[in-house]
Amino acid sequence: MSANEIKRVIIIGAGQAGGETAQRLRQGGFEGDITLIGEEPLPPYQRPPLSKKYLAGEFGMDRLLLRPANVYAEENIALLTGTRAVWIDRAGKRVRLEGGRELAYDALVLATGARPRKLSLAGADLAGVHLFRTAADVDAMMPAFKAGAKLVVIGAGYIGLEGAAVARQMGLEVTVIETAVRPLARVTSPEVAGFFLDEHTRQGVRFVLGGQPAVIKGQDRVRAVGLADGTEIPADIVLTGIGVNPETTLAQHCNLKAENGIVTDAFCRTDDPAIFAIGDCANRPIAHYGGRQCRLESVHNAIEGAKIVAATILGKEAALETPWFWSDQYDLKLQIAGLFTGYDHVVFRGVMADRAFAAFYYKGAQLIAVDAVNRPAEFLGAKALIHKGLTVTPEVIADMSRPMKEIVAAAG
Amino acid sequence: MPKITYIEHSGKEHVVDAPDGQTVMEAAVKHAVPGIDADCGGACACATCHVYVDPEWLEKTGEASSMEQSMLDFANDVETNSRLSCQIKVSAALDGLVVRLPKSQH
Repeated sequence: MSANEIKRVIIIGAGQAGGETAQRLRQGGFEGDITLIGEEPLPPYQRPPLSKKYLAGEFGMDRLLLRPANVYAEENIALLTGTRAVWIDRAGKRVRLEGGRELAYDALVLATGARPRKLSLAGADLAGVHLFRTAADVDAMMPAFKAGAKLVVIGAGYIGLEGAAVARQMGLEVTVIETAVRPLARVTSPEVAGFFLDEHTRQGVRFVLGGQPAVIKGQDRVRAVGLADGTEIPADIVLTGIGVNPETTLAQHCNLKAENGIVTDAFCRTDDPAIFAIGDCANRPIAHYGGRQCRLESVHNAIEGAKIVAATILGKEAALETPWFWSDQYDLKLQIAGLFTGYDHVVFRGVMADRAFAAFYYKGAQLIAVDAVNRPAEFLGAKALIHKGLTVTPEVIADMSRPMKEIVAAAG
Repeated sequence: MPKITYIEHSGKEHVVDAPDGQTVMEAAVKHAVPGIDADCGGACACATCHVYVDPEWLEKTGEASSMEQSMLDFANDVETNSRLSCQIKVSAALDGLVVRLPKSQH
Protein backbone atom coordinates (compact mmCIF):
# COMPACT_ATOMS: atom_id res chain seq x y z
CA MET A 1 0.00 0.00 0.00
CA SER A 2 1.44 3.35 -0.93
CA ALA A 3 1.77 5.97 1.74
CA ASN A 4 -1.06 8.19 0.51
CA GLU A 5 -3.62 5.38 0.69
CA ILE A 6 -3.23 5.17 4.45
CA LYS A 7 -6.14 7.03 6.02
CA ARG A 8 -6.56 5.14 9.29
CA VAL A 9 -3.73 4.24 11.65
CA ILE A 10 -4.33 2.17 14.76
CA ILE A 11 -1.57 1.94 17.35
CA ILE A 12 -1.89 -0.81 19.96
CA GLY A 13 0.16 0.09 23.00
CA ALA A 14 0.25 3.58 24.52
CA GLY A 15 3.75 3.55 25.96
CA GLN A 16 6.58 5.73 24.72
CA ALA A 17 6.82 3.97 21.33
CA GLY A 18 3.08 4.18 20.66
CA GLY A 19 2.73 7.75 21.95
CA GLU A 20 5.69 9.00 19.94
CA THR A 21 4.33 7.36 16.79
CA ALA A 22 1.04 9.24 17.10
CA GLN A 23 2.82 12.51 17.81
CA ARG A 24 5.33 12.13 14.99
CA LEU A 25 2.61 11.23 12.50
CA ARG A 26 0.69 14.40 13.35
CA GLN A 27 3.77 16.60 13.46
CA GLY A 28 4.81 15.15 10.13
CA GLY A 29 1.50 16.22 8.56
CA PHE A 30 -0.55 13.01 8.63
CA GLU A 31 -4.20 14.08 8.38
CA GLY A 32 -5.97 10.73 8.67
CA ASP A 33 -7.42 9.03 11.76
CA ILE A 34 -5.07 8.01 14.55
CA THR A 35 -6.30 5.72 17.31
CA LEU A 36 -3.94 5.01 20.20
CA ILE A 37 -5.02 2.10 22.40
CA GLY A 38 -3.45 1.45 25.81
CA GLU A 39 -4.24 -1.02 28.59
CA GLU A 40 -2.94 1.22 31.33
CA PRO A 41 -5.24 3.96 32.66
CA LEU A 42 -2.68 6.71 31.90
CA PRO A 43 -1.74 8.57 28.74
CA PRO A 44 1.75 7.71 27.46
CA TYR A 45 4.37 8.29 30.15
CA GLN A 46 8.10 7.87 30.63
CA ARG A 47 9.14 4.58 32.20
CA PRO A 48 12.82 5.35 33.00
CA PRO A 49 12.05 7.66 35.97
CA LEU A 50 9.90 4.97 37.59
CA SER A 51 12.99 3.28 39.03
CA LYS A 52 14.73 6.61 39.65
CA LYS A 53 13.20 10.01 40.44
CA TYR A 54 9.57 8.88 40.53
CA LEU A 55 10.31 6.16 43.08
CA ALA A 56 12.35 8.68 45.07
CA GLY A 57 9.34 11.01 45.14
CA GLU A 58 11.25 13.77 43.32
CA PHE A 59 9.13 13.55 40.22
CA GLY A 60 5.32 13.57 40.24
CA MET A 61 2.84 12.15 37.76
CA ASP A 62 2.53 15.49 35.93
CA ARG A 63 6.20 15.29 35.03
CA LEU A 64 6.06 11.60 34.20
CA LEU A 65 3.54 12.07 31.38
CA LEU A 66 5.24 12.47 28.01
CA ARG A 67 2.69 15.13 27.08
CA PRO A 68 -0.28 16.61 28.94
CA ALA A 69 -3.45 14.50 28.64
CA ASN A 70 -5.36 17.22 26.78
CA VAL A 71 -2.87 17.36 23.88
CA TYR A 72 -4.25 14.18 22.32
CA ALA A 73 -7.73 15.60 21.81
CA GLU A 74 -6.23 18.88 20.57
CA GLU A 75 -4.29 16.98 17.92
CA ASN A 76 -7.27 14.80 17.03
CA ILE A 77 -5.63 11.62 18.29
CA ALA A 78 -8.22 9.20 19.69
CA LEU A 79 -6.57 8.02 22.89
CA LEU A 80 -8.30 4.97 24.36
CA THR A 81 -6.74 4.31 27.76
CA GLY A 82 -7.73 1.40 29.96
CA THR A 83 -8.62 -0.46 26.78
CA ARG A 84 -7.48 -3.86 25.64
CA ALA A 85 -7.25 -4.99 22.04
CA VAL A 86 -8.08 -8.69 21.91
CA TRP A 87 -8.05 -9.70 18.27
CA ILE A 88 -6.58 -8.67 14.93
CA ASP A 89 -8.42 -9.66 11.77
CA ARG A 90 -5.67 -9.34 9.18
CA ALA A 91 -7.81 -10.19 6.17
CA GLY A 92 -10.49 -7.66 7.15
CA LYS A 93 -7.93 -5.19 8.58
CA ARG A 94 -9.83 -4.78 11.80
CA VAL A 95 -8.94 -4.71 15.47
CA ARG A 96 -11.43 -5.97 18.03
CA LEU A 97 -11.44 -4.42 21.49
CA GLU A 98 -12.47 -6.07 24.72
CA GLY A 99 -16.25 -5.66 24.80
CA GLY A 100 -16.61 -6.36 21.11
CA ARG A 101 -16.12 -2.97 19.46
CA GLU A 102 -14.22 -3.23 16.17
CA LEU A 103 -12.05 -0.63 14.47
CA ALA A 104 -10.76 -0.68 10.90
CA TYR A 105 -7.20 0.19 9.91
CA ASP A 106 -5.11 0.77 6.84
CA ALA A 107 -1.92 0.58 8.89
CA LEU A 108 -1.60 -1.08 12.28
CA VAL A 109 1.29 -0.45 14.68
CA LEU A 110 1.97 -3.00 17.42
CA ALA A 111 3.74 -1.25 20.30
CA THR A 112 2.64 -3.73 22.92
CA GLY A 113 5.83 -3.58 24.98
CA ALA A 114 6.94 -6.28 27.34
CA ARG A 115 5.61 -7.96 30.46
CA PRO A 116 7.81 -8.28 33.51
CA ARG A 117 8.57 -11.89 34.41
CA LYS A 118 6.91 -13.02 37.61
CA LEU A 119 8.54 -15.21 40.20
CA SER A 120 7.19 -18.72 39.93
CA LEU A 121 7.54 -19.38 43.63
CA ALA A 122 5.15 -20.18 46.43
CA GLY A 123 4.18 -16.90 48.09
CA ALA A 124 4.94 -14.76 45.04
CA ASP A 125 1.41 -13.33 45.20
CA LEU A 126 1.73 -12.11 48.80
CA ALA A 127 1.18 -8.43 49.50
CA GLY A 128 4.48 -6.58 49.48
CA VAL A 129 5.86 -8.50 46.49
CA HIS A 130 6.06 -6.09 43.58
CA LEU A 131 6.81 -6.03 39.91
CA PHE A 132 8.66 -2.99 38.60
CA ARG A 133 7.23 -1.98 35.25
CA THR A 134 4.31 0.42 35.48
CA ALA A 135 3.49 3.59 37.39
CA ALA A 136 0.86 1.54 39.22
CA ASP A 137 3.56 -0.93 40.33
CA VAL A 138 5.61 1.90 41.80
CA ASP A 139 2.59 3.64 43.36
CA ALA A 140 1.80 0.34 45.08
CA MET A 141 5.26 -0.06 46.59
CA MET A 142 5.89 3.56 47.57
CA PRO A 143 3.98 3.61 50.88
CA ALA A 144 6.27 0.86 52.20
CA PHE A 145 9.42 2.61 50.99
CA LYS A 146 10.38 4.08 54.37
CA ALA A 147 13.67 4.43 56.19
CA GLY A 148 14.47 1.25 58.11
CA ALA A 149 12.19 -0.99 56.03
CA LYS A 150 13.79 -4.18 54.73
CA LEU A 151 13.84 -4.41 50.95
CA VAL A 152 14.83 -7.53 49.06
CA VAL A 153 15.51 -6.99 45.36
CA ILE A 154 15.39 -10.14 43.26
CA GLY A 155 17.47 -9.68 40.12
CA ALA A 156 20.57 -7.51 39.77
CA GLY A 157 19.89 -5.96 36.39
CA TYR A 158 19.72 -2.21 35.83
CA ILE A 159 16.14 -1.92 37.09
CA GLY A 160 16.87 -3.83 40.28
CA LEU A 161 20.07 -1.92 40.98
CA GLU A 162 18.39 1.44 40.34
CA GLY A 163 15.68 0.46 42.82
CA ALA A 164 18.35 -0.60 45.30
CA ALA A 165 20.14 2.74 44.92
CA VAL A 166 16.97 4.79 45.52
CA ALA A 167 16.12 2.60 48.51
CA ARG A 168 19.54 3.07 50.11
CA GLN A 169 19.28 6.81 49.61
CA MET A 170 15.93 6.70 51.40
CA GLY A 171 17.44 4.71 54.27
CA LEU A 172 16.01 1.25 53.60
CA GLU A 173 17.99 -1.88 54.38
CA VAL A 174 18.63 -3.51 51.02
CA THR A 175 19.57 -7.05 50.01
CA VAL A 176 19.95 -7.94 46.34
CA ILE A 177 19.59 -11.60 45.34
CA GLU A 178 20.97 -12.62 41.96
CA THR A 179 21.10 -16.13 40.55
CA ALA A 180 24.17 -15.35 38.42
CA VAL A 181 27.56 -14.99 40.07
CA ARG A 182 27.72 -11.27 39.25
CA PRO A 183 25.28 -8.42 38.80
CA LEU A 184 24.46 -7.01 35.34
CA ALA A 185 25.65 -10.28 33.79
CA ARG A 186 23.50 -9.90 30.70
CA VAL A 187 24.19 -6.25 30.01
CA THR A 188 27.81 -5.41 30.72
CA SER A 189 31.34 -6.72 31.11
CA PRO A 190 32.61 -8.38 34.30
CA GLU A 191 34.84 -5.32 34.91
CA VAL A 192 32.02 -2.77 34.83
CA ALA A 193 29.73 -5.13 36.75
CA GLY A 194 32.45 -5.38 39.41
CA PHE A 195 32.57 -1.60 39.68
CA PHE A 196 28.82 -1.38 40.32
CA LEU A 197 28.97 -4.27 42.78
CA ASP A 198 31.66 -2.41 44.75
CA GLU A 199 29.73 0.86 44.65
CA HIS A 200 26.53 -0.69 45.93
CA THR A 201 28.41 -2.63 48.58
CA ARG A 202 30.08 0.60 49.72
CA GLN A 203 26.63 2.19 49.91
CA GLY A 204 25.51 -0.58 52.23
CA VAL A 205 23.69 -2.93 49.86
CA ARG A 206 24.10 -6.60 50.75
CA PHE A 207 24.44 -9.01 47.82
CA VAL A 208 23.59 -12.68 47.63
CA LEU A 209 25.21 -13.75 44.35
CA GLY A 210 24.51 -17.19 42.97
CA GLY A 211 21.46 -17.20 45.27
CA GLN A 212 18.37 -19.23 44.36
CA PRO A 213 15.11 -17.82 45.74
CA ALA A 214 12.93 -20.81 46.62
CA VAL A 215 9.93 -19.42 48.51
CA ILE A 216 8.39 -16.15 49.60
CA LYS A 217 7.30 -16.49 53.21
CA GLY A 218 4.57 -14.65 55.07
CA GLN A 219 0.93 -14.82 56.12
CA ASP A 220 -1.00 -11.88 54.72
CA ARG A 221 2.12 -10.04 53.73
CA VAL A 222 5.67 -10.93 52.81
CA ARG A 223 7.93 -11.58 55.80
CA ALA A 224 11.02 -13.16 54.25
CA VAL A 225 12.56 -14.64 51.14
CA GLY A 226 13.74 -18.21 51.56
CA LEU A 227 16.68 -19.43 49.47
CA ALA A 228 17.26 -22.94 48.17
CA ASP A 229 20.11 -23.45 50.66
CA GLY A 230 17.71 -22.77 53.54
CA THR A 231 18.85 -19.20 54.25
CA GLU A 232 16.03 -16.81 55.11
CA ILE A 233 16.29 -13.11 54.31
CA PRO A 234 13.82 -10.92 56.20
CA ALA A 235 11.76 -8.68 53.90
CA ASP A 236 9.08 -6.03 54.28
CA ILE A 237 9.07 -5.46 50.53
CA VAL A 238 10.23 -7.64 47.66
CA LEU A 239 10.98 -6.04 44.35
CA THR A 240 11.15 -8.30 41.32
CA GLY A 241 13.46 -7.29 38.49
CA ILE A 242 14.15 -10.52 36.64
CA GLY A 243 13.62 -9.32 33.12
CA VAL A 244 10.72 -9.06 30.73
CA ASN A 245 9.11 -11.07 27.96
CA PRO A 246 8.03 -9.32 24.78
CA GLU A 247 4.23 -9.02 24.58
CA THR A 248 3.50 -10.93 21.40
CA THR A 249 0.16 -12.56 22.23
CA LEU A 250 -1.91 -10.58 19.71
CA ALA A 251 0.73 -10.99 17.01
CA GLN A 252 0.91 -14.74 17.53
CA HIS A 253 -2.87 -15.11 17.50
CA CYS A 254 -2.91 -13.68 14.00
CA ASN A 255 0.14 -15.69 12.91
CA LEU A 256 2.65 -12.89 12.54
CA LYS A 257 6.20 -14.12 12.75
CA ALA A 258 7.41 -13.84 16.34
CA GLU A 259 10.73 -15.08 17.66
CA ASN A 260 12.10 -13.23 20.67
CA GLY A 261 9.66 -10.47 19.75
CA ILE A 262 7.67 -9.68 16.64
CA VAL A 263 10.07 -9.99 13.74
CA THR A 264 10.26 -6.98 11.40
CA ASP A 265 12.36 -5.61 8.58
CA ALA A 266 14.39 -2.40 8.80
CA PHE A 267 11.20 -0.38 8.22
CA CYS A 268 9.61 -2.05 11.27
CA ARG A 269 7.22 -3.96 9.00
CA THR A 270 6.14 -7.41 10.09
CA ASP A 271 5.52 -10.15 7.53
CA ASP A 272 2.13 -8.46 6.94
CA PRO A 273 2.95 -5.22 5.07
CA ALA A 274 0.04 -3.40 6.73
CA ILE A 275 1.31 -4.17 10.24
CA PHE A 276 4.34 -2.63 11.94
CA ALA A 277 5.90 -3.57 15.27
CA ILE A 278 8.09 -1.27 17.37
CA GLY A 279 9.60 -0.85 20.83
CA ASP A 280 10.21 -3.58 23.39
CA CYS A 281 7.93 -6.08 21.61
CA ALA A 282 9.76 -5.92 18.28
CA ASN A 283 12.82 -7.61 16.87
CA ARG A 284 14.34 -5.63 14.01
CA PRO A 285 17.62 -5.40 12.11
CA ILE A 286 19.94 -2.76 13.53
CA ALA A 287 21.66 -0.81 10.77
CA HIS A 288 24.84 0.00 12.71
CA TYR A 289 25.47 -3.66 13.44
CA GLY A 290 25.30 -5.11 9.96
CA GLY A 291 21.54 -5.55 10.12
CA ARG A 292 21.71 -7.98 13.01
CA GLN A 293 18.21 -8.75 14.35
CA CYS A 294 17.89 -7.33 17.86
CA ARG A 295 15.14 -6.85 20.39
CA LEU A 296 16.18 -3.80 22.38
CA GLU A 297 14.49 -2.57 25.54
CA SER A 298 15.23 1.12 25.62
CA VAL A 299 13.94 4.63 25.13
CA HIS A 300 16.16 5.04 22.09
CA ASN A 301 14.61 1.97 20.50
CA ALA A 302 11.07 3.12 21.30
CA ILE A 303 11.70 6.54 19.77
CA GLU A 304 13.53 5.16 16.77
CA GLY A 305 10.73 2.70 16.00
CA ALA A 306 8.24 5.58 16.17
CA LYS A 307 10.41 7.68 13.87
CA ILE A 308 10.75 4.88 11.34
CA VAL A 309 7.04 4.04 11.26
CA ALA A 310 5.94 7.67 11.04
CA ALA A 311 8.43 8.32 8.25
CA THR A 312 7.41 5.18 6.35
CA ILE A 313 3.70 6.02 6.55
CA LEU A 314 4.46 9.58 5.44
CA GLY A 315 6.64 8.34 2.59
CA LYS A 316 9.82 9.82 4.10
CA GLU A 317 13.06 8.44 5.42
CA ALA A 318 14.04 8.31 9.09
CA ALA A 319 17.47 9.27 10.39
CA LEU A 320 18.83 6.38 12.47
CA GLU A 321 21.04 6.60 15.56
CA THR A 322 23.51 4.31 17.25
CA PRO A 323 21.58 2.48 19.99
CA TRP A 324 22.04 4.14 23.39
CA PHE A 325 20.94 3.59 26.98
CA TRP A 326 21.46 5.08 30.40
CA SER A 327 21.17 4.21 34.07
CA ASP A 328 21.33 6.48 37.14
CA GLN A 329 22.53 4.97 40.40
CA TYR A 330 23.51 7.23 43.33
CA ASP A 331 25.62 10.01 41.80
CA LEU A 332 26.75 7.72 38.98
CA LYS A 333 25.46 8.34 35.50
CA LEU A 334 26.08 5.36 33.27
CA GLN A 335 25.66 6.13 29.59
CA ILE A 336 25.93 3.33 27.07
CA ALA A 337 26.41 3.69 23.33
CA GLY A 338 26.25 0.73 20.98
CA LEU A 339 25.78 -2.98 21.55
CA PHE A 340 28.58 -4.78 23.39
CA THR A 341 27.47 -8.32 22.52
CA GLY A 342 30.30 -10.21 20.80
CA TYR A 343 33.14 -7.95 22.03
CA ASP A 344 36.53 -9.62 22.33
CA HIS A 345 38.41 -7.02 24.33
CA VAL A 346 37.79 -3.99 26.48
CA VAL A 347 39.95 -0.91 26.89
CA PHE A 348 39.58 1.56 29.75
CA ARG A 349 39.86 5.30 29.54
CA GLY A 350 40.28 6.75 33.00
CA VAL A 351 40.31 4.72 36.20
CA MET A 352 37.43 3.30 38.21
CA ALA A 353 38.80 4.69 41.47
CA ASP A 354 37.98 8.19 40.18
CA ARG A 355 34.34 7.11 39.66
CA ALA A 356 34.61 8.59 36.17
CA PHE A 357 35.79 6.21 33.47
CA ALA A 358 34.71 4.61 30.24
CA ALA A 359 34.97 1.03 29.01
CA PHE A 360 35.44 0.79 25.23
CA TYR A 361 34.43 -2.55 23.74
CA TYR A 362 36.10 -3.82 20.59
CA LYS A 363 35.44 -6.66 18.21
CA GLY A 364 38.72 -7.06 16.43
CA ALA A 365 39.82 -3.57 15.47
CA GLN A 366 36.26 -2.19 15.43
CA LEU A 367 34.87 -0.19 18.32
CA ILE A 368 31.35 -1.56 18.96
CA ALA A 369 30.20 -0.09 22.29
CA VAL A 370 31.08 2.02 25.31
CA ASP A 371 29.96 2.05 28.93
CA ALA A 372 30.72 5.54 30.24
CA VAL A 373 30.40 6.27 33.96
CA ASN A 374 30.26 10.02 34.70
CA ARG A 375 32.03 10.50 31.36
CA PRO A 376 29.51 12.09 28.97
CA ALA A 377 32.16 13.13 26.43
CA GLU A 378 33.29 9.53 26.03
CA PHE A 379 29.66 8.44 25.63
CA LEU A 380 28.82 10.99 22.96
CA GLY A 381 32.19 10.60 21.27
CA ALA A 382 31.86 6.84 20.99
CA LYS A 383 28.26 7.19 19.83
CA ALA A 384 29.43 9.46 17.01
CA LEU A 385 32.31 7.12 16.07
CA ILE A 386 30.05 4.06 15.90
CA HIS A 387 27.44 6.00 13.95
CA LYS A 388 30.03 6.84 11.31
CA GLY A 389 31.51 3.34 11.32
CA LEU A 390 34.84 4.72 12.51
CA THR A 391 37.16 3.23 15.06
CA VAL A 392 40.10 4.39 17.16
CA THR A 393 43.01 2.28 18.35
CA PRO A 394 43.11 1.19 22.00
CA GLU A 395 46.36 3.16 22.45
CA VAL A 396 44.65 6.40 21.43
CA ILE A 397 41.56 5.70 23.53
CA ALA A 398 43.61 5.03 26.65
CA ASP A 399 45.59 8.27 26.23
CA MET A 400 43.92 10.63 28.69
CA SER A 401 46.11 13.53 27.57
CA ARG A 402 44.01 13.75 24.41
CA PRO A 403 40.49 15.10 24.87
CA MET A 404 37.73 12.87 23.54
CA LYS A 405 36.50 15.56 21.19
CA GLU A 406 39.90 15.78 19.53
CA ILE A 407 40.12 11.98 19.23
CA VAL A 408 36.74 11.88 17.49
CA ALA A 409 37.66 14.71 15.13
CA ALA A 410 40.96 13.06 14.23
CA ALA A 411 39.21 9.76 13.47
CA GLY A 412 37.51 11.32 10.51
CA MET B 1 3.33 31.20 36.05
CA PRO B 2 6.62 32.29 34.44
CA LYS B 3 6.45 32.78 30.68
CA ILE B 4 9.19 31.49 28.41
CA THR B 5 9.63 32.37 24.76
CA TYR B 6 11.10 29.74 22.45
CA ILE B 7 12.20 30.90 19.02
CA GLU B 8 12.53 28.16 16.42
CA HIS B 9 15.43 28.25 13.99
CA SER B 10 12.94 29.46 11.36
CA GLY B 11 12.11 32.45 13.56
CA LYS B 12 8.70 31.20 14.68
CA GLU B 13 7.98 32.14 18.31
CA HIS B 14 6.20 30.11 20.97
CA VAL B 15 5.29 31.71 24.29
CA VAL B 16 4.65 29.08 26.93
CA ASP B 17 3.50 29.12 30.56
CA ALA B 18 6.19 27.15 32.39
CA PRO B 19 5.42 25.69 35.83
CA ASP B 20 7.83 26.63 38.61
CA GLY B 21 10.24 23.81 39.41
CA GLN B 22 9.99 22.10 36.03
CA THR B 23 12.70 22.59 33.45
CA VAL B 24 12.85 24.78 30.36
CA MET B 25 12.97 21.53 28.34
CA GLU B 26 9.84 20.07 29.97
CA ALA B 27 7.77 23.20 29.37
CA ALA B 28 8.71 23.08 25.68
CA VAL B 29 8.01 19.40 25.20
CA LYS B 30 4.68 19.54 27.03
CA HIS B 31 3.57 22.36 24.74
CA ALA B 32 4.85 20.56 21.64
CA VAL B 33 7.37 23.27 20.75
CA PRO B 34 9.13 21.75 17.71
CA GLY B 35 12.91 21.67 17.77
CA ILE B 36 13.52 20.27 21.26
CA ASP B 37 13.70 16.48 21.06
CA ALA B 38 14.68 15.69 24.65
CA ASP B 39 14.89 11.98 23.91
CA CYS B 40 15.99 11.01 27.44
CA GLY B 41 13.23 13.00 29.13
CA GLY B 42 15.59 15.24 31.08
CA ALA B 43 18.14 12.84 32.52
CA CYS B 44 21.06 14.78 30.98
CA ALA B 45 21.76 11.63 28.98
CA CYS B 46 21.25 12.55 25.34
CA ALA B 47 22.06 16.22 24.51
CA THR B 48 18.98 16.67 22.31
CA CYS B 49 17.48 19.67 24.13
CA HIS B 50 20.17 22.19 23.17
CA VAL B 51 19.10 25.87 23.25
CA TYR B 52 20.78 29.28 22.98
CA VAL B 53 19.97 31.46 25.97
CA ASP B 54 19.29 35.06 25.01
CA PRO B 55 22.45 36.91 26.18
CA GLU B 56 20.64 39.19 28.62
CA TRP B 57 19.38 36.12 30.52
CA LEU B 58 22.70 34.33 30.83
CA GLU B 59 23.38 35.60 34.32
CA LYS B 60 20.01 34.41 35.62
CA THR B 61 20.15 30.97 34.04
CA GLY B 62 23.56 30.35 35.63
CA GLU B 63 26.37 28.19 34.37
CA ALA B 64 26.40 24.72 32.90
CA SER B 65 27.73 21.96 35.18
CA SER B 66 30.83 20.14 33.97
CA MET B 67 28.68 17.16 32.95
CA GLU B 68 26.39 19.40 30.92
CA GLN B 69 29.38 21.21 29.41
CA SER B 70 30.89 17.90 28.29
CA MET B 71 27.61 16.95 26.64
CA LEU B 72 27.38 20.33 24.92
CA ASP B 73 30.86 19.87 23.47
CA PHE B 74 29.34 17.26 21.18
CA ALA B 75 26.17 19.12 20.20
CA ASN B 76 25.92 20.80 16.80
CA ASP B 77 26.65 24.51 16.33
CA VAL B 78 27.54 25.20 19.95
CA GLU B 79 27.95 28.83 21.01
CA THR B 80 29.02 30.47 24.26
CA ASN B 81 25.34 30.84 25.22
CA SER B 82 24.50 27.19 24.55
CA ARG B 83 22.76 25.21 27.30
CA LEU B 84 20.90 21.95 27.67
CA SER B 85 17.38 23.11 28.49
CA CYS B 86 16.77 20.08 30.74
CA GLN B 87 19.32 21.56 33.12
CA ILE B 88 17.66 24.98 33.48
CA LYS B 89 15.03 25.01 36.21
CA VAL B 90 12.09 27.38 35.81
CA SER B 91 11.56 29.94 38.59
CA ALA B 92 9.94 33.35 38.98
CA ALA B 93 13.35 34.88 38.27
CA LEU B 94 13.19 33.43 34.75
CA ASP B 95 9.80 34.97 33.91
CA GLY B 96 10.27 36.37 30.41
CA LEU B 97 13.23 34.14 29.48
CA VAL B 98 13.97 33.92 25.77
CA VAL B 99 15.75 30.92 24.26
CA ARG B 100 16.50 30.18 20.62
CA LEU B 101 16.59 26.71 19.10
CA PRO B 102 19.35 25.28 16.92
CA LYS B 103 18.80 24.05 13.37
CA SER B 104 18.89 20.43 14.48
CA GLN B 105 19.32 18.39 17.66
CA HIS B 106 20.90 15.38 15.94
